[in-house]
Amino acid sequence: MNMPFYVSPEQMMEDRADYARKGIARGRALIAVSFKKGILIVAENPSNTLHKVSEIYDRIAFAGVGKYNEFDQLRIAGVRHADLKGYSFSRDDVDARSLANQYAQMLGHIFTHEMKPMEVEILVAEVDFEGENLRNQMFHILYDGTVKDETSFAVLGGESEAIFERFQTLHKNNMPLKKALNACIDALTAGERDIEPDDLEVAELSIQNGRRAFRRIVASEIQELIN
Amino acid sequence: MTLPSFSTEDDPGPNFAALIKEYGIEPLKLQHPVDNLAHGTTCVAIRFKDGVVLAGDRRATSGHHISHRTLDKVFQSDTYSGVAISGAAGPAIEMVKLFQLQLEHYEKVEGKSLSLEGKANQLSTMIRQNLPAAMQGMVVIPLFAGFDLREKIGRIFQYDVTGGRYEEKSFATTGSGSLHATTVIKLGFEMELSSSDATELAANAIFEASEEDSATGGPDLIRDVFPTISLITQDGYSPVPHSDVSSIFNRIIENRISRNGDLK
Repeated sequence: MNMPFYVSPEQMMEDRADYARKGIARGRALIAVSFKKGILIVAENPSNTLHKVSEIYDRIAFAGVGKYNEFDQLRIAGVRHADLKGYSFSRDDVDARSLANQYAQMLGHIFTHEMKPMEVEILVAEVDFEGENLRNQMFHILYDGTVKDETSFAVLGGESEAIFERFQTLHKNNMPLKKALNACIDALTAGERDIEPDDLEVAELSIQNGRRAFRRIVASEIQELIN
Repeated sequence: MTLPSFSTEDDPGPNFAALIKEYGIEPLKLQHPVDNLAHGTTCVAIRFKDGVVLAGDRRATSGHHISHRTLDKVFQSDTYSGVAISGAAGPAIEMVKLFQLQLEHYEKVEGKSLSLEGKANQLSTMIRQNLPAAMQGMVVIPLFAGFDLREKIGRIFQYDVTGGRYEEKSFATTGSGSLHATTVIKLGFEMELSSSDATELAANAIFEASEEDSATGGPDLIRDVFPTISLITQDGYSPVPHSDVSSIFNRIIENRISRNGDLK
């Protein structure tokens, strides 16, 4: 009778985490930051059709890095979750926190139970009012279901630690759009290389856009903002 | 509520109606007659130079009884389209809600909007699914209008109870007062109307329908409630502000008073 090899749980988790981290590190990074009018999300993405940043619901956006088909599957599940919830209850009852928890559950489950963990890191961002004041919330969810709650900014993807440190020095509260966008680009490129507006995917979440707060900022507008 | 996930063969794709079916929360398909259900009435759509104007009265009736005086029958369905309903108010409003969600859901899942033609066909399917209820008296007949971004024109679609879809090149009406509304529009219609002339014509059509049809509500000066008028152009869907609608109807009323003055 064959005895299966014994692998300690620590080793198994570490192997899985390494695997997921390697997959994520291959992709380009993404920054989400609170700015004057809401939340700005800036991603390096040479594709104009395979989006990393998308709309989930009225005041909720989604961003993902890593393996496209995996985070896109999560994005669609999120849109379905939000639309179903809004249809069953009311549009006001759809919130980022519950969605982030669902994502965390799903990623955590896949990380421990499936053959292969998901090679993704995702962000669920929400803009809302708290009385008179704007309240921004960002949930940064890792491949193993770890949730981090951010209010000022979040960095996802390859080289995220270096970019995080660079962005920390550039970040200020309540930046206007132009300033926030330029700070994000500087942090992503370390000021060492040029980046074409076409290779960027930029979107904002702002209450000023009406019921659907999500708006893509197209290449021509990016060009104007970075000049 | 857990995160929805489906096997490849059960995946509903970008179809919201199929998604709620999987969850068993689709609207009840009524199979038996319900007495005294509120009914909404007259709506019109007119094409003009830059797009389409949609208008509808505000009254809902249950038999001879007025059940609502402020019911909106003209809805925005997405950025470039609107829908106006007549028929059983409950199922009609539910249909509009589902239709709005369907368009938005498709847009989010697929990353781009349906074509105007696709939206019109989608509504067709929904009306067809309502056929068993329609046979029991719960008829829902919408008008669908939108700005076609591919062809750069405003387009109007009319339906029948089986989901039959008919595109109209000039104007369309629906509801119990539609006969009178049609006559008014017919007399005043020409191709390439300006937006203000089209708005005025739509207001006149609703006004005349409300004069001749007891189920259609006219301007309600006591409560400051006026028919709904919306424009759909290249810039999207925009409701005509209350103050403008109110002044159009006040002008119509003044006009009628001065015209009838000598008859007393």
